[in-house]
Amino acid sequence: MITFLWVIVVLISLSILAFVYRLVKGPSTPDRVIALDAIGVGLITLIGLISILFDTVFFLEVILLLAVLSFIGTVAFSKFTEKGEIIQRDRNS
Amino acid sequence: MKTNDLIIQTTTKLVFFIIFLFSIHIFFAGHYTPGGGFVGGLVMSSGIVLLMLAFDLKTVQDMLPINYTLITAIGLLIALFTAAGSIFFNVPFFTHVYDYFNLPLLGETSIHTAMFFDTGVYLVVVGVTMNIIQMIGGDE
Repeated sequence: MITFLWVIVVLISLSILAFVYRLVKGPSTPDRVIALDAIGVGLITLIGLISILFDTVFFLEVILLLAVLSFIGTVAFSKFTEKGEIIQRDRNS
Repeated sequence: MKTNDLIIQTTTKLVFFIIFLFSIHIFFAGHYTPGGGFVGGLVMSSGIVLLMLAFDLKTVQDMLPINYTLITAIGLLIALFTAAGSIFFNVPFFTHVYDYFNLPLLGETSIHTAMFFDTGVYLVVVGVTMNIIQMIGGDE
């Protein structure tokens, strides 16, 4: 079981490397934003596996925190690429 | 050009309360598990930033009519009074005490004065972060 988990850790690390390749290479900005979002999901999975391997529950709050921050970061980036400003002063005027 | 951001606004109305409850949980769990006032305050302010992203600055100001400078000052005052309160009992500055109380809904709860200090940290972090973001984001 432990060997199986380590194999999955290696596989997810390789997939994060592939996302980093897309982050560096990606021709357009949305490619890079989606790569960053996917890196966030990969990190969440990695932290879950690491907390199983280290036999601790203290990392579980990090997972939720990282999910929240990744979501807000993606929303901010996509709003910047769509509208050019992140926080508008008055939307209805 | 007016855009219709229905999905992000509906998602925000749901997710904001999850972030809010998570912030409160991290704040209260800070004594025995990782977390505390600093992380809780940052999570709370990131939830308000999500509201600002989905709506706009004026709507959020109408939803939460909070003066964040005042919040910072109140947090600093709470921290200072918690630290200074120990002087009146002839013990050194910043001495903390704890005791067990029977609260109406929660039953027997241990209340530590470090929690009030942490409340001050929480309020200061929320106030300073939202002040910075409003000052940068609200500029025309």
